[in-house]
Amino acid sequence: MKEKVESFLHSKLSNYIFKDETVTSNIPTYFIKSEGIVPVVKALKEDPELKFDFLNDLTAIDWLGKKDPRFEICYLLKSPKNKHFRIMLKVPVEDGEGVPSILSVFKGANWPEREVYDLFGIEFINHPRMDRLILPDNFQGHPLRKDFPLEGFGQDYLISNLLHIHQED
Amino acid sequence: MGLTDILQKPGQALGDMVQVTNLDAVVNWGQSYSLWPYPFATACCGIEFMGTACSDNDIARFGAERPSFSPRQADMILVLGTITYKMAPVLRDIYDQLSEPKYIISVGACASSGGMFDTYGVVQGIDRFLPVDIYIPGCPPRPEAIMDALIKLQEKVKTQGLEERRAEIKRKIEEINERNRPLIIR
Amino acid sequence: MAIYDKTETRFRGKFENLPEGHILVNLGPSHPATHGILQNIIQLDGERIVDAEAIIGYVHRCFEKLGEKYDYNQFLVCTDRMNYVSTPLNNIGWILTVEHLMQIEVPERVTYVRMIISELSRIMDHIICQGILGVDLGAFSGMLHMFHHRENIYTIIEKLTGARLTTTFCRVGGLERDIYPEFSQEVNQVIKGLKPAMDEFKDLLLRNRIFNDRTAGIGGISAEEAIAYGYSGPNLRATGVDHDVRKDTPYMLYDKVDFDIPIGEDGSVLHRALVRMEEMYQSIRIIEQLVDNIPKGRYHADLPHSFLPDKQKVYTSMEELIYHFKIIMHGVKVPPGEYYLATEAANGELGFYIVSEGEKSPWRVHVRRPCFWFYQSFTDLIKGGLLADSVATMSSLNVIAGELDC
Repeated sequence: MKEKVESFLHSKLSNYIFKDETVTSNIPTYFIKSEGIVPVVKALKEDPELKFDFLNDLTAIDWLGKKDPRFEICYLLKSPKNKHFRIMLKVPVEDGEGVPSILSVFKGANWPEREVYDLFGIEFINHPRMDRLILPDNFQGHPLRKDFPLEGFGQDYLISNLLHIHQED
Repeated sequence: MGLTDILQKPGQALGDMVQVTNLDAVVNWGQSYSLWPYPFATACCGIEFMGTACSDNDIARFGAERPSFSPRQADMILVLGTITYKMAPVLRDIYDQLSEPKYIISVGACASSGGMFDTYGVVQGIDRFLPVDIYIPGCPPRPEAIMDALIKLQEKVKTQGLEERRAEIKRKIEEINERNRPLIIR
Repeated sequence: MAIYDKTETRFRGKFENLPEGHILVNLGPSHPATHGILQNIIQLDGERIVDAEAIIGYVHRCFEKLGEKYDYNQFLVCTDRMNYVSTPLNNIGWILTVEHLMQIEVPERVTYVRMIISELSRIMDHIICQGILGVDLGAFSGMLHMFHHRENIYTIIEKLTGARLTTTFCRVGGLERDIYPEFSQEVNQVIKGLKPAMDEFKDLLLRNRIFNDRTAGIGGISAEEAIAYGYSGPNLRATGVDHDVRKDTPYMLYDKVDFDIPIGEDGSVLHRALVRMEEMYQSIRIIEQLVDNIPKGRYHADLPHSFLPDKQKVYTSMEELIYHFKIIMHGVKVPPGEYYLATEAANGELGFYIVSEGEKSPWRVHVRRPCFWFYQSFTDLIKGGLLADSVATMSSLNVIAGELDC
């Protein structure tokens, strides 16, 4: 199954492949360029033999100091038809770049993309609503980056109007 | 028989039909045995509250019969679970809507002091902005601990007068204001 | 109030020019039926829902960031607090991922005990889901009746691990301590008491006219849409698709036990309740096949570098002292690499994705939580329905806020 996927990617969509690097993982991983992610995912979904039509996960990793394009966005796809075989597509991006959104291919990518924006600061182009999802709206910073400390920088500005209680209450 | 006789031996003259006491004691007695909680359940401690309120450990035996979800009809608010910065204004709103006299029990480690979550999103204890009466430690506390806290609160309600209560709340609010004053660094 | 003002202005854009007679209702964060903290802003036309918007994040406890600080055994306390109604399932998911990453095999005794406790927690989760569905629709006695059995299961788990709710069940390489001698007997007793209670509970709810009227045909979703949204677990099986991680990509010993997967037809609230009820019976079937045949042996794999040695030996022998010190100070030895493992939690496919650089703590931990993926579709499910139906739909989806916000 893995060879079928590799040959499919190399034959039809080879101009989108970023590099051929092997990653020690239990799931075959392929690196895709950021402008090519939508055609690749669409082709993998619609191919009648491979049929990767279940988006299993969408997340990002921050490789500050270890790898050159700092962020990697990971898409985990599953094919129920071929005994639930999974592959992982990774898209390396730099700080400040945007990635096309795959909302047109998978409806379920709505909230995970908003969560990645919220926690990492990576924008997705063509997303109808790129707002913060999990953190308060006036939160400053993107917590899951490696240069944001665990305790935060002091979040009292978020509840500043609650801290002084007036005596008339 | 006369009024002096009855006053000297309350409960003995005329049998048990007449008791002589003062108004404060009766009102406090009534209040303490019918504290209706507002369960503000955010996280895991909410499941322990459900365990306390259901068959095996029944908190209705102690008077907390009706967990009301309307703040105007509740007497005390049980803060169950982690309070984050996004949730804090909601909690403050609900506390303001409760009608006097009102009590707060902070159940669990997360509500009392932030618990194991010393992170960017969690308020380190609700006593940063609310005057709390009873703290229950535990992660999550056993149902018996929640019932014990309710009994202690009942003792407190029975023995505390109105003026004392007002003074206590004022003192707590002053402490909170003092702690939260922003540092001025020149 | 700071957050409320922000929310109002943000939603003005979407709900701006309301047609005549429509109102905005805030089904606010702290709402009845202790489902956790979920907020929905609903635009109503009379009693019909026209549009809705969901706001989450009120219980964001930063588990993914904590995963970069804690080591592989300490992160178990975080997994306890994700899906807090069935905690051993989360613990087992995490431990299996780490063990597969380290490529170690555990003895069969450990696997049997883990499977029995998983199925007991699945029953616990479904009891809460069905009980709260009854409470939301007004049927309180079913929940009171089943809670007694839930307390019985809590007693077993407390005897085994030491805590009722936050269990931190296994350790990397096996269990933390051996099972107590009366374990099989007590599990058998609990199951014997559970079966007649479940029959009564089924009759209470599913043969009730009001329950059927209020739940048949409500909140349905088609199979293609469910797969597009990323559904899994009982919510997907109620639409007719038979995906179950225990049968598709088996882990532990699920390919050697005999059980069926119940599926529904149209994904409505009634079918979800039916699927969950039948799953409880199948879990009992799995437990009955395992509980009397627990093999004898050790309760952990042979890993001196990663599993804490026996405390008596630590006090007397030199090697164990050194291993103890190294494991506590430098953590469990995990090779660099990545791993993703999916297990079947009570709500669906719970996946853990670990990126490790060979150090004491992982470089990145990501939790693929089932509630997050199917709660996205909630606003589409309730459009066009009545307000009271939205409450029933929300309870039947079994959304746990601790898992949603991670």
